[in-house]
Amino acid sequence: MTDGAVKVELSCTVNGTSQTLRVHPLARLLDVLREDLRLTGTKEGCGEGECGACSVFVDGELVNSCLVPVLQVAGAQVTTIEGVAGEAELSAVQQAFIECGGAQCGICTPGMILAAVNLLAHTPQPTDADIRHGLAGNLCRCTGYMKIFAAVVRACERAGVKA
Amino acid sequence: MRAYLPDYDLRAPKTLADALDLLARDAGVWRAFAGGTDLMVLLELGALAHKNFLSIRHLPELRGIEVAPAEIALGALTTYTDIQRNETIAREFPLLVAAARETGGIAIQNRGTLGGNIVNASPAADTPPALLVYDAELELVSASGTRRVAYREFHTGYKQLNMRPDELLARILLPRATGDLKTYYRKVGTRKAQAISKICFAAGARLGHDGRITDARLGLGSVAPTVLRCTRTEELLRERVPDAATIKEACAMLAQEITPIDDMRSTADYRTRVSANLLSDFLRQVAH
Amino acid sequence: MQTEETVGKPVPRKEGRSKVTGAARYVDDLSMPGMLHGATVRSPVARGRIRSVTFDDGIPWDEFVVVTAKDIPGENAVALILLDQPYLADDFVNHAEEPILLLAHEDKHLLERARRAVRIEIEPLPAIFTLEDSLAQTEIIWGEDNVFKSYLVDKGNVDEVWPQADLIVEGEYSTGAQEQLYIETNGVIAVANPAEGVTVWGSMQCPYYVHKALLKLFALPPELVRVVQCETGGGFGGKEEYPSMIGGHAALLSLKSGGRPVKIIYDRAEDMAATTKRHPSRTHHRTAVTRDGRLLGMEIEFVVDGGAYATLSAVVLSRGTIHAAGPYNCPNVRIRSRAVATNVPPHGAFRGFGAPQSIFALERHLDKVAQAVGLSPEEFRQRNFIREGETTATGQVIREPVDMAGLVARAFELTDYQAKRERFACENREAGAGRVKRGIGFASFMHGAGFTGSGEDYLKSVVGAEADREGRVRILAASTEIGQGTYTIFAQIASDALKLDYDLFEMAQPDTGNVPDSGPTVASRTCMIVGKLVESAALGLRQTLQTAGLLADEYNVAEWREACQRYIEQYGALKSFSQYKPPPGVRWDDEKYEGDAYGAYAWAVYVAEVSVDTLTYETRVEDFVAVQEVGKVVHPVLAAGQIEGGVAQAIGFTLYENVVWRDGRMVNNGMTNYVIPTSADLPSIRVHFEEQPYQHGPAGGAKGIGELPMDGGAPAILNAIEHATGISFTHVPLMPEALMRGLSENA
Repeated sequence: MTDGAVKVELSCTVNGTSQTLRVHPLARLLDVLREDLRLTGTKEGCGEGECGACSVFVDGELVNSCLVPVLQVAGAQVTTIEGVAGEAELSAVQQAFIECGGAQCGICTPGMILAAVNLLAHTPQPTDADIRHGLAGNLCRCTGYMKIFAAVVRACERAGVKA
Repeated sequence: MRAYLPDYDLRAPKTLADALDLLARDAGVWRAFAGGTDLMVLLELGALAHKNFLSIRHLPELRGIEVAPAEIALGALTTYTDIQRNETIAREFPLLVAAARETGGIAIQNRGTLGGNIVNASPAADTPPALLVYDAELELVSASGTRRVAYREFHTGYKQLNMRPDELLARILLPRATGDLKTYYRKVGTRKAQAISKICFAAGARLGHDGRITDARLGLGSVAPTVLRCTRTEELLRERVPDAATIKEACAMLAQEITPIDDMRSTADYRTRVSANLLSDFLRQVAH
Repeated sequence: MQTEETVGKPVPRKEGRSKVTGAARYVDDLSMPGMLHGATVRSPVARGRIRSVTFDDGIPWDEFVVVTAKDIPGENAVALILLDQPYLADDFVNHAEEPILLLAHEDKHLLERARRAVRIEIEPLPAIFTLEDSLAQTEIIWGEDNVFKSYLVDKGNVDEVWPQADLIVEGEYSTGAQEQLYIETNGVIAVANPAEGVTVWGSMQCPYYVHKALLKLFALPPELVRVVQCETGGGFGGKEEYPSMIGGHAALLSLKSGGRPVKIIYDRAEDMAATTKRHPSRTHHRTAVTRDGRLLGMEIEFVVDGGAYATLSAVVLSRGTIHAAGPYNCPNVRIRSRAVATNVPPHGAFRGFGAPQSIFALERHLDKVAQAVGLSPEEFRQRNFIREGETTATGQVIREPVDMAGLVARAFELTDYQAKRERFACENREAGAGRVKRGIGFASFMHGAGFTGSGEDYLKSVVGAEADREGRVRILAASTEIGQGTYTIFAQIASDALKLDYDLFEMAQPDTGNVPDSGPTVASRTCMIVGKLVESAALGLRQTLQTAGLLADEYNVAEWREACQRYIEQYGALKSFSQYKPPPGVRWDDEKYEGDAYGAYAWAVYVAEVSVDTLTYETRVEDFVAVQEVGKVVHPVLAAGQIEGGVAQAIGFTLYENVVWRDGRMVNNGMTNYVIPTSADLPSIRVHFEEQPYQHGPAGGAKGIGELPMDGGAPAILNAIEHATGISFTHVPLMPEALMRGLSENA
């Protein structure tokens, strides 16, 4: 029998920096990023995997960090919105979001940008249907999505620029 | 976060054998935790009743898709994304691909597993109707051995499974006998993406040279306490030509066979009517 | 003067970079030393008398800060229009989820466990949940007759027209509640202690509303209350009044804790269950027309369900009332309207503010009237559109050119409306037609910008501008950036006014300790009303420098900079303030509800094309064109973004978003079961602007646009569904289950 867990120690790499954490094994990756690592760019919108505001990459795969227990990222590479821009310049997707009006209130934007980066990584020349499908796990209440689609199209038009 | 985390435990046994040992030793204490896309939602809502979990996500024996001549074996940890990327599945099991593509968004598809979808036992789950149509079998492992059960006999009541607390779902097996099966899939959930099914309808049929149905398979979700293989309607269709009269009879039978309810997502009337409409649409397509 | 104009150009959004990098700080991203987390214990029942509050064993209660109504230092009422809504219910609850008790602790997990260990026993009393029951006075739950507010608009004499009418057409229409569903939930941090007063940081639209409410709650003078808006993740009206509640709660906990910072962040389930939604409504129309399709008289009864307390219902009702007769010229109009009480959480502001409800009814009804007269919907409307010099229902003379027929023509051309109207009708009729039926429909409407009637005069908003030694200009305004682009358009307006580079302009953070009260960020008033004040305040800086003899009529950036520097050296700070004055000739009678209801209107025609799947009864909007005249467009990308976002919300309101109530509580209070459209569900939303500069607007004549796009979607879509199916549906949301019932009843 067991009466619940004490905190465990685990290591993972977040935005290229290795981190050792003392955490409850079932703590949400979202909370560990925001509270333990103070990486507050990842947002909580719903807590049930519907809105995508908490999207991050774990070992290159887009996931909802509200649904990932931190124990399952032991040894993994995690990338958040804070790890998307280069040292000085923004990524092509970020730049396009600014230019095209893809961000309004900004709360869905970090997750939406990661979903767009993921889309372009798998589908460099997406059709309109690809874009709609690729972003359908990320809810935006401000834009009606049109300017977000425009931003994705602009980002892939910038040939040679990394997404 | 409405749960009190210190009440819970999650451990990652090093090997499958360790996991099975734990499951066998403390009967009913531990439960498997795969991709977390269902359990973490309950945790957040403070509604996760069970407290102690074994993370199985890292166990290699439960991963991978193996293609053998007679069947294809999907590790229980196969994700919806894995399903969409496999060429054999795309060619031979289109219903499963359609279901995987319409389950959640990309981030859910990357994380959610086929095994989890089955064992979570939601009557509204999206892949089970397809698995029912393909006559899937499940391979369950425990410290005392391995057994196979037909998927259609797996769900015995609302959230009731033909599975012991010491067992893990290891693999899902699909017979590669889908060659001439005409298939049909429709998920109805108000919006196109990220929806919980109000009705999930998967079907397959074969037609003989004389235009009669030789094989009919209907898998439905959200219309009963479990996902449902509608065998009475299938029986009615066998050896019949799918003409208007047959379609009418079959729809009436289906309406009797399913037992949908009114809930916050839809109504029993709607579910009954739309299920019949979809069956009728399917049979018309089969006839052509 | 070498600087290029920025108005009309898509200059970079001021806070764009911080939003795309995750650097923007929303309130839940902030943390303070010694901070506690706060939680709210709420009523489990809709109406009743509180009998007892019990704290279960197993929780270290001595570690918790506990606040009840007894701890309130000032008045236990959220100061808004009336003082009827308590911060914490004392002995009586009037709706489910009503706050009763507050808890705070350092450990938010333990806090959650404690919240569940407070047991509140309530003796239940009969409750009412629908506006029908409220009107029937099944129970009296508010005041003497359940009515928060009523209005009467009476133009001409509608009683005299019925005998003269060739036709009288009646209809009844209704709309459901709608959740704002901003992606950032409500949240605040507060610090309160007897010596320094109260400070609240939070997600909000209207810092001065929160300020006003806290003055009353704590019985403090204005200088001891400070409210600061953090980056805000969407509002849409949902953060107009509610932040006064949650802000007050956090401050009460902080005060009781001895001044420690207290953070309250609602989770999604709490935010959806407990905070405001769009008012459900019911509208009855009775319309008199001549055989050739001229409107003779309109009698309209409009009722909204306000929920348990008065909150903003009176003003929501006002806007809905004034918009109820639409952009039509009708000599006799009577509109009676009422906002009534029910035992559900108070309904509140949501984009459109009553107008989407009454416009839905009108624009559905006019299709019915057209059919009765035997005219096409467009021909019937064209015979009745209002024109310059004619009067609205409140008797307001339209003093600017308005061309509704031109907007219709443009929208029809963009959608190929006429050809599709015929083609779809034909295809839908064909025997054995496909299982998908198609339709196209439209709605024509207007939306007034700014506060209604004398509202702006009463507010007397103020905006400041402040220049530093480098010639940089900060705009001091309480108008918040909540996604719509306030910071960017204010900088554009000021930079064009002064003919200086856009990058020289920035916005001060809305902080009541630092910015004047420029009124709430609501009512499509930010650009037109506050923007005009920004323009005058900016021009005031130049005037000051010129009066001081430091700046010539013509100047470049270097000369501007030098003038600023010299002025500041000589006189100290360089600031200029501007206060709202009504344009000349504006007249409004609050008693008769008559006169110039709004300074200006935006005019619009929206066309929706739909497909209805007769297997699943699901409707998809296949194409949507929004044509509107909004005065000068300040920023084309932001403006189009406002329209697209509003249309998306309107499509949600019409086809997807159904609040499911059980005993007065929302039971689908999560994003899984309250369904808003995803990127896969929306059509391409095509936006076109016509620009007819408004003489009193900023930047060469801008009007308001924020709420407008919420108004036309629902009627346009239902008109299209009628075209597709032949059935006139009268309620939104129109869920597939209802569409199925409609189709089978008419089969």
